[in-house]
Amino acid sequence: MYDFEFARPTTVSEAASALAAEGAQALGGGQTLIPSLKNRLASPSLLVILAGIDEMRGVDIDAGDSVVVGGATTHAEVASAAADSFPALAWLAGNIGDPAVRNRGTVGGSLANNDPSACYPAAALATGATIATNNRKISADDYFKGMFESALYEGELITKVRFPIPDAANYQKFEQPASRFALVGVFVARFGQEARVAVTGASENGAFRWAEAEAALSADFSSGAISDLSISADEMIRDLHGSSTYRAHLTKVLTARAVDAAS
Amino acid sequence: MPKDNGIGASSKRREDVRFLTGAGRYTDDLNIHGQAYVCFLRSDTAHAKLASVETDQASAMPGVLRVFTGADFEGVGGLPCGWQITDRNGEPMKEPAHPILAQGKVRHVGDPIAAVVAETAAQARDAAEAILVDYDEMPAVVDMKSALESGPLVHEDAGTNLCFDWGFVEDNREAVDKALAAAHHVTTLKLTNNRLVANPMEPRVAIGDYDAATDVSTLYTTSQNPHVIRLLMGAFVLSIPEHKLRVVSPDVGGGFGSKIYHYAEEAFCTFASRQLLRPVKWTASRSEAFISDAHGRDHVTKIELGLDAEGNFLAIRTETLANMGAYLSTFAPAVPTYLHGTLMAGNYKTPQIYVNVKAVFTNTVPVDAYRGAGRPEATFQLERVIDKAAREIGMDPIELRRKNFIEKDQFPYTTPVALQYDTGDYAATMDKLEEIADIAGFDARAAESKRNGKLRGLGVNCYIEACGIAPSNLVGQLGARAGLYESATVRVNATGSVTVMTGSHSHGQGHETTFPQVVSDMLGIAEDQINIVHGDTANTPMGMGTYGSRSIAVGGAALVRATEKIISKAKKIAAHLMESSADDIEFADGQFTVAGTDKSVAWGDVCLTAYVPHNYPLDELEPGLEETAFYDPANFTFPAGAYACEVEVDAETGKVDIVAFAAADDFGNVINPMIVDGQVHGGIAQGAGQALLEHAVYDETGQIISGSYMEYAMPRADDIPDLIVDHSCQTPCTHNPLGVKGCGEAGAIGSPPTIVNAVVDALRRGGYEVDHIDMPLTPYRVWEAISR
Repeated sequence: MYDFEFARPTTVSEAASALAAEGAQALGGGQTLIPSLKNRLASPSLLVILAGIDEMRGVDIDAGDSVVVGGATTHAEVASAAADSFPALAWLAGNIGDPAVRNRGTVGGSLANNDPSACYPAAALATGATIATNNRKISADDYFKGMFESALYEGELITKVRFPIPDAANYQKFEQPASRFALVGVFVARFGQEARVAVTGASENGAFRWAEAEAALSADFSSGAISDLSISADEMIRDLHGSSTYRAHLTKVLTARAVDAAS
Repeated sequence: MPKDNGIGASSKRREDVRFLTGAGRYTDDLNIHGQAYVCFLRSDTAHAKLASVETDQASAMPGVLRVFTGADFEGVGGLPCGWQITDRNGEPMKEPAHPILAQGKVRHVGDPIAAVVAETAAQARDAAEAILVDYDEMPAVVDMKSALESGPLVHEDAGTNLCFDWGFVEDNREAVDKALAAAHHVTTLKLTNNRLVANPMEPRVAIGDYDAATDVSTLYTTSQNPHVIRLLMGAFVLSIPEHKLRVVSPDVGGGFGSKIYHYAEEAFCTFASRQLLRPVKWTASRSEAFISDAHGRDHVTKIELGLDAEGNFLAIRTETLANMGAYLSTFAPAVPTYLHGTLMAGNYKTPQIYVNVKAVFTNTVPVDAYRGAGRPEATFQLERVIDKAAREIGMDPIELRRKNFIEKDQFPYTTPVALQYDTGDYAATMDKLEEIADIAGFDARAAESKRNGKLRGLGVNCYIEACGIAPSNLVGQLGARAGLYESATVRVNATGSVTVMTGSHSHGQGHETTFPQVVSDMLGIAEDQINIVHGDTANTPMGMGTYGSRSIAVGGAALVRATEKIISKAKKIAAHLMESSADDIEFADGQFTVAGTDKSVAWGDVCLTAYVPHNYPLDELEPGLEETAFYDPANFTFPAGAYACEVEVDAETGKVDIVAFAAADDFGNVINPMIVDGQVHGGIAQGAGQALLEHAVYDETGQIISGSYMEYAMPRADDIPDLIVDHSCQTPCTHNPLGVKGCGEAGAIGSPPTIVNAVVDALRRGGYEVDHIDMPLTPYRVWEAISR
């Protein structure tokens, strides 16, 4: 890596001012950033370490209807704290990477990076999560702007993420064999009659909601309800591990499995 | 009762204490006072002329001692190739130069162009980024067929991308053609043996350390065979005689073949240390390993198997393209030829065989031996085509194999591809396999899987390998530029403990545990009284190192010979002490006795006498008790076995799970059953990696697109089920003193076809007309095959 300075703020406001500096970069769990630094693919002049900000850590079960996660909370903490209140979210968090990754990587880091194969974006979209920053609250539907792109401004920090707890939910992750990121991941959530289906790993535009499946499942929440649907392979990712057609196929298979598992 | 000491005991691996507690001493753990650091600037382009390499700016950067380019190596030898193949027309293979640093042209991504030596690793890397390379890009050729047909020339001076066109046995060719033309049935299969990266846990490291006071260069390197590196680098590259060159390979964290070869970085660090009068250290990053370690496999093959109406094999004909990469690595030409063509008979009495191999240069990393080396490629095609043939003629695949086995009473058996198998009992290993794998219960398990929505398949196959490499006179005739004996020095210390210096090299195999077991058994002293020294040319006899499952078969045999000499001399000393004749001395359990009397003297007394020779026959016997033996094997050894695998396939996603795996191996006698189990476990895991996960993939411009663990899938613990391994079928090798055959590569050789056979079986049981899927059988490939 190249040389850099680092700051270790203890409050959100200290972090925000540190991030105002030219060349500053926030460091969450570092699961993407540290390898990029080691490969000299990033050259920030200042790393602002978020792990020491207490107000950005922890998991609250709010009024029994939402899981509120601090932006600097690790996947392992979410997996443990949400196990009873929101098992699908806990399962998602508990199957990211390996134990080392889960004890470093954070919710805020994952959403800010918005890797097209990351798991959290699917949960955020499917639950209609609210992403709180040091400036504002952004609804998940307005947050994801494409591969590695989000609604965050330069220097803006994810302080908390509020995941509404669905009446039924399930996350199906089909792993890319090497990285074990989601080759395709589908999060299905049902709130009353309303079904939401979010897909990660598949699209060149990042995580997205599958509107046709949502409509069909809102009318009839069963895997049979989507058996006649198909999803276009246009703009799906194609690489060594699968064609766009394969990803489109997996999207449907995993959606049906998630519905069966959630029913 | 299992033994608790000596040959046959599952002694605990003594080296694991340091490995598992972080106390191992690997090459990168060595830091020599005053050392400088190297960063190689490697080509990011697969094929280009170097219009210019501008180093002025880099040379002026902080901490930089010197920037080297190809020009600094004019007059220095290139990397040598250790095996020369003679082609079908009697012509030697094309053997283009392999410079230490690029001489005007780069031929693969990763080809080193320049090297910066600086005070720190970061300074070296900073300066390497400041070197300006003007590439005059040329079209790259990656695909072997294109390379032969119309591709640009990787080496213009060779005039062709064909390294050699090899026929084996050339005299069999017409007979094979006739036999196939007349056969009742011919099964044909085209397949690819996927390109792999070895990925040992420890990346390569080299430290050159020149001592001007003594004019001795020391190279510390992550090698499987330090003596071979000393010979190749000293004699062929840097012109340093052996007495001025020491090569040390301390603890080495896995090799799998990729650390056999002499690499440019080793020669560079040794050379630069002499130029700069500083120790010079290089440690590969994992990314660098992907583009500089020799790759494995990468064969494209068409195999035809002719059968008569009863299912007897009549003839085999194969045509293979073997990727050599951009340069010939140390043993690359031997892999697709004498380690591959000679194995095409497998466990079967096929009377006519002809193997054709065209070795091809491409703009990719050099390819060389990787765990099994040629033998997995042979086994894979043979066992896959037999499975297909069984299906085509409507015979059970186990029955078809049994029908064609070389029978127990036919050994020694000479195959049509030049090997003489000394011993074996293939029906016995198949019987054992059917028992431990519960083949009879498969249908019930398949029905259960079906109820769970999965397709279950059973794959069975056999393998044979030629190990204990190798008789020197034979391999010399076949083109090897080295002998393949092994050595051992047994030094009995004055108070009776023993230090063994071996030319074998352990990089995971457990020699520090198993070699003492052999000596303990022979001398009747405890294993912990015996220590193994290896990996340093300064204190071990010249040996050829560890690969080709040769350590116990060849190195262990040298150890036995040296220990026999010790016993012979010790008997003379004991005879003197007991005023008897050496012929009357019996030695057992650490006691020398005069036959038929109660007179005895203990091992320790004899040893002490040898070094304190007050009462000693000095006029007829030298004092001391130390002996060296070199052992050159009379033949290869032929481990063989039968493997079974059960998979479940999710037809909706294409995902394959290995749900059961059983291995029945015949390794002859076994020194340490626990270590043999571990070798088989590791081999099967590696074979499963090849079958389901691993693939080094290049795009058409010569960029590797699976050049990190984000894209290159290594097997993990949860990819591998509990493995049932059995080596109770033992037909001891007839020509080495321990009756051992070697076990290091078996799992990696035997398992890939087992797994593919199982997947194809599962799909066909599910009604999918699939004959073959090329490895790795990723979910995507399996899904594509069944979606067609």
